[in-house]
Amino acid sequence: MLNITASNIDKEVTNSTTPVIVDFWASWCGPCKLLGPVFEELSNEYTGKLKFAKLNTEEDGELAEKFDISGIPCMVVFKNGEEVDRIVGFAPKPALKQKIDAIMKNI
Amino acid sequence: MDEKEYDVIIVGAGVAGLSAGIYAGRYRLKTLILDEMPGGVTKTAHLVENYPGFESITGDELAEKFKSHAEKSKAVIVNENVVNIKKEDDKFIISTNHLNEYKCSFLLIATGSKRKRLGIMGEDRLYGRGISYCATCDAAFFKDKIAAVVGGGNSASMATVLLSEYATKVYMIYRGPELKGEPVWNQRVLNNPKIEVMFNTNVTEAMGLKKLEKIKLDNGREIDLSGLFVEIGSMPAVEMARVLGVEITDKGLIKVTAEQRTNVEGVYAAGDVTTGSAGFQQIVTAASEGSVAAYDIFKKKNMKSRTVQTNQ
Repeated sequence: MLNITASNIDKEVTNSTTPVIVDFWASWCGPCKLLGPVFEELSNEYTGKLKFAKLNTEEDGELAEKFDISGIPCMVVFKNGEEVDRIVGFAPKPALKQKIDAIMKNI
Repeated sequence: MDEKEYDVIIVGAGVAGLSAGIYAGRYRLKTLILDEMPGGVTKTAHLVENYPGFESITGDELAEKFKSHAEKSKAVIVNENVVNIKKEDDKFIISTNHLNEYKCSFLLIATGSKRKRLGIMGEDRLYGRGISYCATCDAAFFKDKIAAVVGGGNSASMATVLLSEYATKVYMIYRGPELKGEPVWNQRVLNNPKIEVMFNTNVTEAMGLKKLEKIKLDNGREIDLSGLFVEIGSMPAVEMARVLGVEITDKGLIKVTAEQRTNVEGVYAAGDVTTGSAGFQQIVTAASEGSVAAYDIFKKKNMKSRTVQTNQ
């Protein structure tokens, strides 16, 4: 899965023509570790429509701060580089898919 | 026995469910554990210092140990949540949110408890924007900031101490007159110069436009801060038990016998969701209840098969 860092965020998120969903996570966060495989599985269901990426908040703390992340797991959806919505907390696969679909309908 | 049929299905992969899984697996019962979020509340505990054999271990690490131990004991853990349960003849049919159906002869409810929310204005809106229910996940985001913890028990004390490692100042706001956790944790709070404890106080509102900026207290005071951690305990998750007609007490707990049986034949319960262990909700008591349930199921199953053999 695509990993967002300070060096590729402009290319992969800010200037991306496809909407992007970025999963902000950290190794000390139990719910983030549970979300990882669910997020990965879902990424295959949106090929071409929504780009899935992860951002490690331990390594890129200033990016987490820039986007006002203060609770993880947090998945932020970007379109044309702007945040359009976010999903906070772990959700099981069917529920997460529903939430993503609802966001996709509105963008 | 068909592939999706089990001797015992355990709903909930917290300590009680995993401990039951370890015992049931070792008793050679075909065992399935269902939980979308294995590990239970232990998984988000900062430090566990009262589980025998581990002087100090993070909740995440301990929960992972329980999980791999259950898997080594041949219990199957599947990341699915139960959406419906019905009884047909003497079997339970369980449907999950992944549209699978499983069958079993014995059912163990180990669904634990759900975190209590404050129920104040601004709480839902600012969740993930300063309001958090997981200090181990989010404490690091409050480096050089001001934060508060609501609650007065062990988990509130742990969250407060953990936050004090990052924040410049941490308020601990508790409705009672004195901390109610273990003395060792209370002391760590009271001796920490970064922590200010406010007793007999409630938070009434969380404010902020795009993120948490301020909280209001019932004594009229307002505090400017960036983080509010809610650690006020939990409520037993008993919806599933209700569907099956299991007896639930006034306090919302599943009533169990010393063998962890409920009033419904074949249905057991263990852990924080039950009246067991004199209401003392601990990792060690949940583990104990899970093992007792598995042992009783093992005995019952043997009795059943013996009766079938004699009848043939």
